[in-house]
Amino acid sequence: MAGIEGRIVETFINAVLLTLLAVVTIAIARQRNLFGVVILAGIYSFLMASVLIVLDAVDVAMTEASVGAGVSTVFMLGALHLTRTLEQRPHYSALVPLLVSAGVAAALIWGTIGLPPFGTPDAVIHKHVAPVYLADSLKDTMVPNVVTSTLASYRGYDTLGETTVVFTAAMGVMLLLRGRRKTGKGAGAQEGKGEQL
Amino acid sequence: MRLDAILRVVVKLMLPFMLLFALYVQFHGELGPGGGFQAGVIAAGMVILYALIFGVREAKRLVPQKLVERLVPLGVLIYLGTGLVAMLLGGNYLDYSTLAHDSRHGQEYGIMAVELGVLITVSSSMLAIFYAFVERGR
Repeated sequence: MAGIEGRIVETFINAVLLTLLAVVTIAIARQRNLFGVVILAGIYSFLMASVLIVLDAVDVAMTEASVGAGVSTVFMLGALHLTRTLEQRPHYSALVPLLVSAGVAAALIWGTIGLPPFGTPDAVIHKHVAPVYLADSLKDTMVPNVVTSTLASYRGYDTLGETTVVFTAAMGVMLLLRGRRKTGKGAGAQEGKGEQL
Repeated sequence: MRLDAILRVVVKLMLPFMLLFALYVQFHGELGPGGGFQAGVIAAGMVILYALIFGVREAKRLVPQKLVERLVPLGVLIYLGTGLVAMLLGGNYLDYSTLAHDSRHGQEYGIMAVELGVLITVSSSMLAIFYAFVERGR
């Protein structure tokens, strides 16, 4: 989008999306029915994906939409199936958590004052290795999409770490939820107890 | 699991396009947005949608749980193996330049192999987690 009109439209879209995000966040905090919370969290992820598209981060938006709004909503519903769907009222007063979150929010907002303005080309992060990747990606790897060449080649170690994280998450869930096998010792008795609950 | 006909028919129509989109995101990652991670989630999402509408038993007939759970480590092993092959051919670990005669082609092949590993681990992890939750809920 070019020109002043484009900037007005972009500001308007950002304002609408961020307002909706705030509304959904407050609704999540006030909602006691966990089924509602899961659906609202899905809506939150979808709004977040839209914000990321406005920020031109299409790869992240795609991930947010598919993981946040799609698959993880199903996982949360699956988890709800195993537990109660109504959140219990907390025994403690909300004053201390409120003060802690207000303090953290104030520190974060104070921190943004020190950041360079959004999109400035001469910010520190754009002057380190990014220009080299942008200039050499096609020459080095024949891959025109710099995001792909950075993730898979220049930063191959990081992506290997991320893949291992996903692997570890799957292993963790499988160990926790698939632990009870009928072939194991005493598994039958435990199985029976589980059925009663 | 018997749901109304519209849902079943529409989902059945959507599934091939979801799979095609996952493959597009995977193999078009060189040019457009996306890559192994996004493609893996979309492919797993396709099977999960199938399971939600047609039942988990049908989904397990399509993609067996045993296969899924064996694919989870396979993707990581492909990624690690690509790095090791590059090292055995005389380069640095995960430096794909040595994978072909031309360093640029080597980089291209390396990126493709690594993205394949990511695709396999991500899609099978998502499915394995889904199957684990569903199995526990019974």
